[in-house]
Amino acid sequence: MTGQFIFSLVSGIFIGGAAGYLGSLMLSKRMALAAGPLGHLALPGVALALIYGFDISLGAFPFVILGVVLIWLLERKTKLPMEALTAVVFATGVAIAFFFLPIDQAEAALVGDIAKIQLHEVIYSVILSLIIFVTCQKIYSPMALINVSEDLARSKRINVSKYNLVYLLLVALIVSLGVKVVGGLLTAAIVAIPAASARNFSRNLAQYKALSLSIGMISAAVGIALSWVTLLPAGPLIIVVSALIFLISVIFFKRK
Amino acid sequence: MQNTILKVKNLNVELEGEKILEGISFEVKEGEVLAILGPNGAGKTVLLKTLLSLFPYQGEIEWKEGVEIGYVPQRLPFIKDMPLSVREFFDLGKIPVSETQRILKSIGLDERILQKKIGDLSSGQFQRILIGWALSSNPQVLLFDEPLTGIDIEGQETVYSLLEKLKRDKNLTILFVTHELSIVYSLADRIICLNKRLLCSGVPREALTPERIADLYSGQVKFYQHRHTE
Repeated sequence: MTGQFIFSLVSGIFIGGAAGYLGSLMLSKRMALAAGPLGHLALPGVALALIYGFDISLGAFPFVILGVVLIWLLERKTKLPMEALTAVVFATGVAIAFFFLPIDQAEAALVGDIAKIQLHEVIYSVILSLIIFVTCQKIYSPMALINVSEDLARSKRINVSKYNLVYLLLVALIVSLGVKVVGGLLTAAIVAIPAASARNFSRNLAQYKALSLSIGMISAAVGIALSWVTLLPAGPLIIVVSALIFLISVIFFKRK
Repeated sequence: MQNTILKVKNLNVELEGEKILEGISFEVKEGEVLAILGPNGAGKTVLLKTLLSLFPYQGEIEWKEGVEIGYVPQRLPFIKDMPLSVREFFDLGKIPVSETQRILKSIGLDERILQKKIGDLSSGQFQRILIGWALSSNPQVLLFDEPLTGIDIEGQETVYSLLEKLKRDKNLTILFVTHELSIVYSLADRIICLNKRLLCSGVPREALTPERIADLYSGQVKFYQHRHTE
């Protein structure tokens, strides 16, 4: 019983932290909501995983990659606004998933199910979260410059497409992991809310990064602990906790 | 006498099927200040970015070998999406701390500004920071998009005198795009005017006759409409 609690707590904290950290880049790229359609697009994969009893993140990943490749190609080849793609992908993912999503397991797909996480899942969640964190840290400066101005970045001979691709692969990874913690419907929230709060609290980039990471971790930890006590699902609780932190940050921001 | 630093020959730029620049040819000498004039949508910014190889083109762009180019973009609307101090903005450009002092001195700003949030700077201060950023690679050439647009009067003066100082002290070759005729007369050695094609070039007082100006901007109602487009 306690072992299970520690499993979900550890994986939640790692995934939440990595999501918050990467989310700080996504927010400044005005792409925080892209995790939404990607999470939704993951749903058919999640449904397949639930039917055939394999890992949810594993099922989600190919579908998320498909979405990421679409976004990357569209960004490179056309000037089509992200919203257009978002709207199509969002709905299609949910629609297809509902053809064969087992209804008794719908909750796990939609809002996550970290309470039953197995040891091997904990291990690879932790490893993947660390990989996301380290890679994100490596690409952070060039990506931040690209977010400020692609022209400036190019004038510094930064290969914008290459960094965007690495960044989008990280997004795909975090969405696949996030689906396990908060489900397909809420993945946008674990990347967007911690970063949004951190932005309100921060005066510089260093604070912004550190706070996005820690708010992501704290929200996950408190949410999972609350779920253990209240028996309510962890995913929605994590989101509610981070939304509360966001409210506090808004009040703080107004005073500043 | 002076060496040519940039040679552009029959430059054509087409973006998304639309011809933006056609048959542009001009040369720039070392240490020269060249103003690029033209109505909105004339392709001035595209020309600058093409010179930086940011856009595909046909024709020839020949920079002097090994030349280092600094670029000051027109606006950075997205920079406020991220909390960023001036120091960190320099870090993003991999500008070493040891360099920063020299740069701040040359753009006339105090070291205390490094701790400030970019979003809290005045428009003039921010413009000078951008110039400092561009100067960090020790360029021989500075490409400058609308140096004075969107900057308050006080800031315009500081930016203007900074440009004058750079021209005087560093023998920088400066290419700038502008709408402001006043700075053209006082700063530019030569001008080119364009509206898709090259319409005139020469010394400002000779090339920029009242008729030419009227011609260049005539019928360009959108120029006076103050449109906020890129």
